[in-house]
Amino acid sequence: MQILNHSLQFEALPGALAAYRATADEARLLSFASSVRQSGGRFVALWGSDERDRNAGFALHAAFGIAEGLALVTLPLPADNPEYPDLAEIFPAANRLQRATYDLLGIRSRGEDQRPWLRHANWPADYFPLRRDSDPAQQFETQNEEYAFVRVEGDGVHEIPVGPIHAGIIEPGHFRFSIVGEKVLRLEQRLGWTHKGIEKRFEQLPLSDGYKLAGRVSGDTTVAFSWAYCLAAETLTGCTPPPRALWLRALLLERERIANHLGDLGYLGNDAALSFGLAQFLRLKEDWQRLSDQLFGHRYLMDRIVPGGVACDLPPGGGALMLAQCESIEREVRILKDIYDEHAGLQDRFLTTGRLLPALAGELSISGLVGRASSQTWDLRGQNPIAPYDQLNVQVASHRNGDVAARVAVRFDEIFEALRATRQILVVLTDELCRDLIEPLPSARDGAFGVGWIEGWRGDVLVALEAGPDGSIRRCHCHDASSRIWPALEHAVMGNIVPDFPLINKSFNLSYSGQDV
Amino acid sequence: MYQLLKQIIVTGIKTEVPPVADEALRVIAQRLEKAMLDTLGRALVIRQIDAGSCNGCELEIHALGNAYYNLEGLGIRFAASPRHADLLLVTGPVAKNMEVALKRAYDATPEPKLVVAVGECGCGGGIFGESYASCGRVANVIPVDVAVPGCPPTPLALMQGILTAIGGK
Ligand code: SF4
Repeated sequence: MQILNHSLQFEALPGALAAYRATADEARLLSFASSVRQSGGRFVALWGSDERDRNAGFALHAAFGIAEGLALVTLPLPADNPEYPDLAEIFPAANRLQRATYDLLGIRSRGEDQRPWLRHANWPADYFPLRRDSDPAQQFETQNEEYAFVRVEGDGVHEIPVGPIHAGIIEPGHFRFSIVGEKVLRLEQRLGWTHKGIEKRFEQLPLSDGYKLAGRVSGDTTVAFSWAYCLAAETLTGCTPPPRALWLRALLLERERIANHLGDLGYLGNDAALSFGLAQFLRLKEDWQRLSDQLFGHRYLMDRIVPGGVACDLPPGGGALMLAQCESIEREVRILKDIYDEHAGLQDRFLTTGRLLPALAGELSISGLVGRASSQTWDLRGQNPIAPYDQLNVQVASHRNGDVAARVAVRFDEIFEALRATRQILVVLTDELCRDLIEPLPSARDGAFGVGWIEGWRGDVLVALEAGPDGSIRRCHCHDASSRIWPALEHAVMGNIVPDFPLINKSFNLSYSGQDV
Repeated sequence: MYQLLKQIIVTGIKTEVPPVADEALRVIAQRLEKAMLDTLGRALVIRQIDAGSCNGCELEIHALGNAYYNLEGLGIRFAASPRHADLLLVTGPVAKNMEVALKRAYDATPEPKLVVAVGECGCGGGIFGESYASCGRVANVIPVDVAVPGCPPTPLALMQGILTAIGGK
C-alpha cells in the first residue's frame, strides 16, 4: 500500500497498532521524510541494526508519525563504510539520535555534527557495542572527555557549567549556560550519563522476560514501556491478550499518568516558592501510590503488564476503593487548582516563562505533554487508539501559549480526563464476566518483527523488537519522547533568567535515563 | 489565602511513626563511635547521587520528603553538595559514564562519609548487571556501609537503611 501518495510500498504490520513498514533507498527515504514533514507529520525515532550475519551490511530504521499511524522505513547500508544521508536537515530531532546510533553501532550520518552523544570516551571510539560481534562484558578504562560545546562570545558573556551531578535529587546531566548578567543567551545540554547498555542487555534476555528491562528504561514510565514492549512481543507472535487484560492495562497507564502529574504539580509549585503546593500534592501522590500497592502489589506498578496480558487483577472491593479515591483526589485537586490559579506570585512566575512557540514545537517534532502545551495535539490515545482506548474517547488536552503556565494547565486537564477515563474503565471491569488475564505467548519465529507505541504520561514511547532464534531477542530498541523533547528545552530557556531554569526544566520534566538508553 | 489556610487546617498532621533500624542491611560493621553517632543522629545531612538509576529509586527518595514519612522531622535533610554531607545515598548500577563523577563526589565528602547503596541495582547491579556501560553495584566503585534492596525500595525501607547507617537512632 501507499502512504501520503508516496511511491514507497508499505506493508501493514499485524496486530493492534496501525503500523506500516517499507524498505527504501536513500533518495526515497529522504523524499518520504519530506512528504511527512509537508503533510504535518512528525519524526518519531531512529535506530540501527547489524545485519552482517545475514549476508547483508547494516540497516537504518526511521519511524514517522502520520495521521494513519506509525510509518517505519528501513534503509539497507553496506557493511563497509556504512553511511546515510542526514535526516536532521528535514527533521532536526534526528540529530542526537543519529549521533547515538553511531556511538552504539558505527553507522554514520553525513551530517555536519559528528560529536559523540552516548559515548563519553569511556569505551574506545572503535568499539561499537550493538555490533553482533562485540562482547558486551568487555570493560574499558574510563577517560576524561573533551566535548566541543558551542561557545558564545561577546562582551560580558560567561559560562555556567552545571552537572553531571545536580544539586537536588535528580538524574544526572550536564548543562552549559552561556549568560550575560542573569539572562540565558544559550543552553547546551550534554546527556548520556546514565547510559547503561540497555539495548545490548536485551540481547542476553529471553523474549518472554524483556518486559522487565523495558519497564526499567525510565522508572516513572514503567507502565507505558512495559506495555509498549508487550505490544511489540504480541505483534510479532500474533498474540491477542484477553479484553479484560487490555482494560486493566489502560487502568494502570492512567494511574501512572495521574501519579506523575500529581508529583509534578507539587514540584512546580515548590519551584515557584509555594511549598504548600509540594506538601499537598505529594500527600495526594502518596495516597494514590499506596492504593496502587494495596490493589496491585507495587507502588509504581512495575512488572504488572506482562507479555500476553497482565499479572494482576482488580481485587474484590478494589473498584469501590478506587472510585472513592478518584472522587476525593478530584475534589482536592480542584481546590488546589483554584489556589494555584488565584495565587498571584505563582502565576507571575508561570506566565510567559520558558515559552516554546507552536511553530518551533512543530519543527522539532515535539509530542507529549510539552507538545500539547504548544498546540501540538499529538496523543496516541486520541489519534491512533488501540483497544481499549478506541472505546474511551479520550479528550486531548491542548494549549497554545507554550509557557510554564500552559504545561501546568495541560497537567491539570489531563488529571481530570484520566480520572474520567478511570471511572469508565472501572464500570467495564466490574461488569465484565470473563476473568481471563493472560493469553500465553506463542513461540516467536526467528526474525519476526513487532513494534509497540504507547502514550505514556510524558509522551509517546516506542519499542521496536526483533526476535532471534529459540525465543531470544535479536534486537530491541526503546525510545522515549524525551530524546526528542530535550532540545526544545534549550530553546525554551533562551532569554529567560538563570533562576527560572529549575522551574522551566521541571515544567518539561524529561527523562534522562529514557534518553540515555 | 483563606482557601490555602483552610486546606492546611483540613489536612492536619499526617506524619507516621518511623521504622526502626535493621542491622541485617549492613554491609560492613559500624565504623563510628557512639558519641559521633549520637551527634549525627540529630542532624544528618545526606547527598543523594544518581549514578545511573532508572529514576525509580529517586521517586521513592523524593517520597521521603512527603508528609507521611517526613524525613526532615527526624533531623535528616538533603544537601546540594557532597562537601556538606555526612552520608551519600547512591542509586543505580554505576554507569561507566558516571564512574568518575561518583568517585569525585565521594572524595569531596568529608570523613567519615557513610555510604548507603540503594535498590537492587545499587546493591547488586540489578537487571542491568555489568557491561561495557555499567560498573554494576555501587560497592564496585566506592566503599558501601549499608545496602537497601528493593526495586525500588519503599520509603520505609530507605528510612530504615539510613537509620541503620547512623546506628539506629
Ligand atoms: S533498583 Fe529498580 S527502581 Fe532502582 S534504579 Fe534499579 S531498576 Fe530502577
